[in-house]
Amino acid sequence: MIQLKQIHKSYQVGTNKLDVLKGIDLDIDQGEFVSIMGSSGSGKSTLMNIMGILDEYDEGDYYLDNTHIKGLNETRSAYFRNRMIGFVFQSFNLLPFKNAVENVALPLYYQKVPRKERQKIALEYLDMVGLKAWAEHLPTEMSGGQQQRVAIARALVTQPKLILADEPTGALDSTTSLEVMDLFKQVNDQGITVLIVTHENDISAMTNRIIRLKDGLIEN
Amino acid sequence: MARLIDIDKWQEIFGSIRRHKLRTFLTALSVWWGIFMLVLLLGAGKGLQNSVEHNFKDDAINSLWIYRGTTSEPYKGLKSGRRIQFDNSDYDLLREQIEGVDKLTGRYYLGGEYFVKHKEKSLSFDVRTVHPDHQFLENTIMIEGRFINDIDIKEYRKVCAIGQLVKEEFFGEDKDAIGEYINVKGIDYKVVGVYFDEGHENEMRKIYLPITTAQKVYEGEGRIHQLMFTMGDANLKETQRIEAAVKNQLATKHKFSPDDEQAIYVSNEFEDYKEFQMVFAFINSFIWFVGIGSIIAGVIGVSNIMLIVVKDRTKEIGVRKAMGATPWSIISMIVQEAIFITSIAGYTGMITGIGLIYGVNTIMVENNIETEFFRNPEVDLYVVLIAFFILIVAGALSGLIPAIQAVRINPVIAMKS
Repeated sequence: MIQLKQIHKSYQVGTNKLDVLKGIDLDIDQGEFVSIMGSSGSGKSTLMNIMGILDEYDEGDYYLDNTHIKGLNETRSAYFRNRMIGFVFQSFNLLPFKNAVENVALPLYYQKVPRKERQKIALEYLDMVGLKAWAEHLPTEMSGGQQQRVAIARALVTQPKLILADEPTGALDSTTSLEVMDLFKQVNDQGITVLIVTHENDISAMTNRIIRLKDGLIEN
Repeated sequence: MARLIDIDKWQEIFGSIRRHKLRTFLTALSVWWGIFMLVLLLGAGKGLQNSVEHNFKDDAINSLWIYRGTTSEPYKGLKSGRRIQFDNSDYDLLREQIEGVDKLTGRYYLGGEYFVKHKEKSLSFDVRTVHPDHQFLENTIMIEGRFINDIDIKEYRKVCAIGQLVKEEFFGEDKDAIGEYINVKGIDYKVVGVYFDEGHENEMRKIYLPITTAQKVYEGEGRIHQLMFTMGDANLKETQRIEAAVKNQLATKHKFSPDDEQAIYVSNEFEDYKEFQMVFAFINSFIWFVGIGSIIAGVIGVSNIMLIVVKDRTKEIGVRKAMGATPWSIISMIVQEAIFITSIAGYTGMITGIGLIYGVNTIMVENNIETEFFRNPEVDLYVVLIAFFILIVAGALSGLIPAIQAVRINPVIAMKS
């Protein structure tokens, strides 16, 4: 599913070059439930952004579902993000002026799915995360846990092969965190590859494989 | 399918407008104001121009008017301070010696106080005694009968042509004036024509007599007070050449220095008209300067607000990109919103401006308001449409540039903003 070969990434900070990723080699198979751990500054978020085609890498090769992801233009990368990946963020990143069902339907809009059909599919996924009754509510009217479940429904609505979650429980209390992790477990049971970036041990303990990152390299 | 997608995009745009009512209103206001001011300025400028052009309508534009004066310098043994007097021989001189003279007339004024009478009615009207060509100099339009003709001049006939207002005051609106008699300083004149004049209404309070008759019966002895003639379709240069020739010929005949500015006065209406045209060229360029300035202000207003709009939406753009929005879908959404706001506001401004100008015009027409400075304000729709189009393009560009910048931002960074 994911093949990373000698991925290097550095940022220019003032006059200094900051090496964030110093040669990452990683293989993740279809249907795995993986967590990436590491302290802040270990490069875990950068790695996830590269895997999510949200950021580019300097050296190496990245294959996503056997597609070589390198030097794509904006339109191509938008296409792959839309078709192959579902994102879940720490701060939910729901559009505040759209209600729950509209937020969930947004990725389908960029797939040019007709409005009525979009609405129908989005409701099904809201139902799956247990929020069908909240379909017409704005994000501001919901709790953090509810918002994150809406965000997960949005990530799933395009039936992606890969879910990338960046600190998905970082803004949630422990009870809600467990509910959200349960949801990811269900998603994974359907055969979808789930990759979670976290710094919490009890969260990573719920996954099947833990990848530890330190100073831009994988520890093992 | 394509239409459905359009509806979605418009829903996004209307949603954005609804969320940012104040911002949208301010954008719209600056565009509205720009177009509104342009329309108003153009209309007012046109009104001013129309009024002056109307004032020129009274007289033939390409005419030369010659008045008597007093010599201001000694010449060939003659002292200064000598009064120059025209007579019929000057009329003949202009007719025979000056090339380019088209319609020529003299004027002989009756001296002293006098009233004009019809039966028991005695009124005060101005009397002008003229040659037949006078009709062309003052753009006199006959509505009944005829003007003074050559036979009247040759045979010293006692006839007159009267203005519409003279007729109305003497005979009333419905009665026939032709064939009636009007008494001027003890002599009866038969009315042969009634005329209308487009100029000031005072022009219709005049009575025209054949100049030869007047010279004879009022002991004018062939004197003429004033001479004027038209110059066909001569251009400015030619009229100036004719003006110089007239001055020279009259200077030789009346023995005054050709350089003496006060011996006779020559007024070149065409020159005046040209001067006015230049003034208007200036006023017009000023109006354009101000108008374009207000449009630029509008464009800057739109650009500024679009800049803020895009900045405000950076996070949203980041989220949309993560969800698979293509750069073009985001740019077109923002630009379409900018175009929508500018065109609605521009159109409203145009309609308000045009409405106001036609409203003012209607009020002026209905209440018969006539001023020297303002008449028939109107707008060149073509010009306004071009300005409108420029504003829309500017609105699109002002949305486009920040939108392109926003799309370039890495979605991760955009989402963190």
